[in-house]
Amino acid sequence: MKAVLLPFLARFLARPQSLIGLCVFIAIVAVALAAPLLFPKGPFAIVGMPLLAPGTNGLPAGSDVLGRDMLVGLAYGARVSLLVGISSTCCAVGAGVLLGAVAGYYGGVVDDVLMRVTEFFQIIPAFVLLMVLVAFVQPSLASTVIGIALITWPQVARVVRGEFLALRTREFVEAARLVGESDMSIIFRQILPNALPPIVVIGSMMVGSAILTESALSFLGLGDPDLMSWGSMIGASRSAMWVAWWTTVLPGVAIMVTVLALNFIGDGLNEALSPRRRQ
Amino acid sequence: MNPLVSIEGLSVALPPGGDRRFAIRDVNLQIGASEIVCIVGESGSGKSVTAQALMGLLPPGLEPLGGRVLFDGRDIMHQGAAAWQRMRGRDIAMIFQDPMAALNPVMAVGHQIAEQIRAHRPVGGRAALAEAAGLMAQMGLDGSLVTAYPHQLSGGQRQRVMIAMALSLSPRLLIADEPTTALDVTTQAQILALIRKVQAERRMSVLFISHDFGVVSDIADRVAVMRLGEMVEAGPARDVLDRPSHAYTQSLIAAVPRLSGSPAPLAPQKPLLAVTGLSKHYRHGGLLSRRSTRALEGVSLSLQRGETLGIVGESGSGKSTLARCVVRLVEADAGEVLFDGADLRRLKDRPLRDARKRVQMVFQDPFSSLNPRHTVGEIVTAGPRAHGQPRAAVLTRAVEMLKLVGLGEAALPRYPHEFSGGQRQRIGLARALMLAPDVLIADEPVSALDVTVQAQVLDLLDKVRRQMNLAMLFITHDMRVAARICHRVMVMRQGRVVEEGATAALFGAPKSDYTRQLLAAIPGRARLEA
Repeated sequence: MKAVLLPFLARFLARPQSLIGLCVFIAIVAVALAAPLLFPKGPFAIVGMPLLAPGTNGLPAGSDVLGRDMLVGLAYGARVSLLVGISSTCCAVGAGVLLGAVAGYYGGVVDDVLMRVTEFFQIIPAFVLLMVLVAFVQPSLASTVIGIALITWPQVARVVRGEFLALRTREFVEAARLVGESDMSIIFRQILPNALPPIVVIGSMMVGSAILTESALSFLGLGDPDLMSWGSMIGASRSAMWVAWWTTVLPGVAIMVTVLALNFIGDGLNEALSPRRRQ
Repeated sequence: MNPLVSIEGLSVALPPGGDRRFAIRDVNLQIGASEIVCIVGESGSGKSVTAQALMGLLPPGLEPLGGRVLFDGRDIMHQGAAAWQRMRGRDIAMIFQDPMAALNPVMAVGHQIAEQIRAHRPVGGRAALAEAAGLMAQMGLDGSLVTAYPHQLSGGQRQRVMIAMALSLSPRLLIADEPTTALDVTTQAQILALIRKVQAERRMSVLFISHDFGVVSDIADRVAVMRLGEMVEAGPARDVLDRPSHAYTQSLIAAVPRLSGSPAPLAPQKPLLAVTGLSKHYRHGGLLSRRSTRALEGVSLSLQRGETLGIVGESGSGKSTLARCVVRLVEADAGEVLFDGADLRRLKDRPLRDARKRVQMVFQDPFSSLNPRHTVGEIVTAGPRAHGQPRAAVLTRAVEMLKLVGLGEAALPRYPHEFSGGQRQRIGLARALMLAPDVLIADEPVSALDVTVQAQVLDLLDKVRRQMNLAMLFITHDMRVAARICHRVMVMRQGRVVEEGATAALFGAPKSDYTRQLLAAIPGRARLEA
């Protein structure tokens, strides 16, 4: 494995964007992990007058409409964004890989049925479905994660199915069937490792888009009310947008930088994993 | 008289980190006017790089280091891109191994030829198209094909279109890079005859690149043999082919399989595998469409222990479908596959798994037949592990089988990409032998290999067959290969068996016209059998 991994890392880091993206992402993860240690009072504690400009009263990022420390909010918001982004992507990739693999490997009727189900999810306006889902059950971290996974798994399923359709006719798969390997073993041990590159790339991109979706939900007030997220910070401060720019711009920049870093990583993975570049 | 092309001391460097420093080194070659010169060599010999240098189309990363390329007395190696553009097509034209990749799939072939004419000469659209149609007629293509799209043509027709396109500007040199390698043997013979004919009519020079000595002996006036980027021998075709002076050339020619000397048929015994009336039709189109293609129609065969039965046929003859139907990678529509008394087609689940274990297969493509993400150890042990055999015993057998196929224990932790094509086929064979099969089905196991490697793998298959008393079903398009190792041969065409018999008898005195045609089309037969 080492022999495969090292050149891959070298190819990945050869692009400056990938390196920047990776560094920024690691920094955000570090902040998210350290937030409770750095700010033990939590993001909802009131620390001073509302709408203090950044740099006044010892608040480097100012305070929001209720007089809470913006910096603390940003740090805690990173926890929510990353948690939602990563866990919803894991759920979506898990479901998408499973259904896409089964559809692509077995083909025929199984494929037809599963693909119609996939299309059903793809033709419904995704964000509307998500809002209905989250509003229907209690808005909470779990409902947000499951909701986002539910609207994003079809794209993974389609990519995985395509890969499986192409790979299942390869001779090494026929050989595996002949020597008596079970279908499960062929799907997960023979084909899936060869289908991983596009899944990794699409997964890294999906984390970014899940963060955006979570922010939009929270902005509309459909996030978990007990958690401070970047989207809810913008939502709560939108009335003060004209008098206190930092209350909306800072969380907005945080979202943008995080998503950009993830997209840089995704592009870098794509370049490094594509067989054409490997030559 | 001055030669048309003179390559003098040409060297091309490979990018650093390769297995050797030069793609080609100090190559000298003259191509006279209206002469066919062949470059022969195995893969990696530098024969294609030589042609690419002559065409100014070296791939990025390959740099000419020294030497000169003179065309009609003028050094063309250092000319600019614009000068190259004018020369290509007009002075030097090229045809390739895969015409499908060289043709535009969404443009009618006649228009593609006309487009090339108009790119170099000021002619009207209609006149160019008429000229294209004329050229296609000269290539033996029907007038109705002018407006056909590439996918509607057969491989041979596509190659004729490519030749028409190459000739459209009356080039003085035609470079043909393995132009018949992807074609069936009868089509290959027609295309070779066509190239010879147009070359003679137009007094054109041809540089023909091939790995096949049979093809070379059919077409070449002069032959140059390349090995690892260096030219080891060059001279008139008769001298090089009949009295090769270099040891490498001698070994290459010796490795070309002959039609004679095939093993005698075995005394008949109770068959181990008996197929009767096997049929398979591929249905295509949607629910409403009733179109189907016949892949197999009532095919029967029998195979006994220790025997090799060759299935010979051109592409589309159904030989690969036959193999896949026998092992049930493809489900047949009708017929019976009796293996050791049980009908394989009726077995399910557990009994099927147990029976399949005894019928194993070696595949054609050394690249796609091994999972690139698994080590050789994982690849060869997957079968026994799936059958729940104990780990230690499996590992011992894996080492034993790898040694049997000429690889050692050291291969176990390595990945397929670290091996050559021939070595990969050996790994594929080891995988098939791990389950101690009774029947081995080999589907074109040597067709992707160089001729010397081909000979080694064939000898290995024969050795394994004898040692393990295997029944072998050997599928090939190459009758020379079949003659080398098969006791009996079955000729197939369009899903049906044309004829069957002991190898020597069948090739010596074929009963059907089709077999006679196939035999007559074998390249270089006259010279190599003499």
